[in-house]
Amino acid sequence: MINMQKRLGKHTVNIEKPVYIISTAALAGKKEGEGPLKDYFDYIADDIMFGEKSWEKAESKFFKKAFDMALKKSGKTYNDIDYMLSGDLLNQCGGSTFGLRDFKIPFLGIYGACSTFGEAISIGSMLIDGGFAQNVLCGAGSHFCSAEKQFRFPLELGTQRPPTATWTVTGAGAVVLSSKGKGPKVTCITTGKIIDMGIKDAANMGAAMAGAACDVISAHFKETGRKPDYYDVVATGDLGEVGKALLKKYLAEENIIFKNNITDCGLEIFDNEKQDTHSGGSGCACSAVTFSGYYYKQLTQNKIKRILLIPTGALINTDISQQGETIPSIAHAVAIEME
Amino acid sequence: MDTSESKKKEYQKSVKNLSPNSPIIKNCIWAFFSGGAICTFGQILNNYFKSLSFGEDNTALLVNIVLIGMSAVLTGFGLYSKMGKHCGAGTIVPITGFANSMVSPSIEFKTQGFILGLGAKMFTVAGPVIVYGITTSIIVGIAHYFLAG
Repeated sequence: MINMQKRLGKHTVNIEKPVYIISTAALAGKKEGEGPLKDYFDYIADDIMFGEKSWEKAESKFFKKAFDMALKKSGKTYNDIDYMLSGDLLNQCGGSTFGLRDFKIPFLGIYGACSTFGEAISIGSMLIDGGFAQNVLCGAGSHFCSAEKQFRFPLELGTQRPPTATWTVTGAGAVVLSSKGKGPKVTCITTGKIIDMGIKDAANMGAAMAGAACDVISAHFKETGRKPDYYDVVATGDLGEVGKALLKKYLAEENIIFKNNITDCGLEIFDNEKQDTHSGGSGCACSAVTFSGYYYKQLTQNKIKRILLIPTGALINTDISQQGETIPSIAHAVAIEME
Repeated sequence: MDTSESKKKEYQKSVKNLSPNSPIIKNCIWAFFSGGAICTFGQILNNYFKSLSFGEDNTALLVNIVLIGMSAVLTGFGLYSKMGKHCGAGTIVPITGFANSMVSPSIEFKTQGFILGLGAKMFTVAGPVIVYGITTSIIVGIAHYFLAG
């Protein structure tokens, strides 16, 4: 039988037992390290290769270092962690699996494209609330070059990026969730459905994802009974300028009106004008690094009390897209609050 | 979110309205002058090699070698993509663009070895151009043979 105290509706669960985010680590690449959030990252890699021989290996190293750092900051050891949850954009989640293969911690590899960070925290919190784990290590990451190589054109090909294109964030973010400790708590999870609004343009992923974000946000407010002003910040993952404008339009149609508390991690991490990132940042690392670096500190320093983090993902498969398919998308909402 | 067909159509319309267009006029001007500059440079080379009495055929060959070589080197140093960002079609359409499309995947896939990496993947962008270029030339050749005989 389903516990109706935990289950608030079709999409939303209440995390009953306390799940604290006791530590985070945010590692970023050079371009991110020149952006508006530069002071909030734990480590900035000056070299896009991160001392490795390939971009894929560099991406794996970001994972290894981010997970290690989050663990170290939490004061826990490898033996204290019951599960590790991670995913990325590379085929077969190569960034995570190769980066984390030496950790010797039970591992669940997950894929939600750029929404993976939200998916990891969602499952991790449910594992703790369900009594299956005490400490869970969650994270996600991406690398601009390996993502371009896999999904688009060679980097040195002289192409022009359209204004709707986004820029994949290089880096990795990791958090340690624990049933005991100090820090902001995960209080509520709203899991999104796959939404496909019929967008085919892979250079306009914000447009493909805005429908999924709208769906999960509206489900969250309906099922929790909360109002948009309940949160100090409502931050989507990587919708960029175009996606954010669409999201606001369609939320307004459902009478969900935000004042100034809605933003997008992709618009926080880069200065689009100065850094030439067009519509904004994207990739698994976008929400992972922005939360782990910036918003976590905002919460622990009591600058904000409640945040609804909504990592968004375009579930592109390059082979199927070339067969003429549209882009299915997903978004997961995680409510994180200071006591 | 309503995902009915009519809502999807309306959504796609909103996407069109809210998505900024590429600056077509600016792009065209850049492409015109940069593409023109490459071609002018090619003509200068052509005149130069002719003046050295290389003959018609060898001159054409030498011009191509120099342009392709320059493009490959610029691609290797990461400069061609920077030019391409502004020049667009201006740097894609001339033969320098073709060289760039071969060299750029080669650089990326070198990490996967010389056979399955560099050797196989260097044609990912240029391959279709070769296939359809040759196919078209054969069709035109056959047509020419029968019609213009």
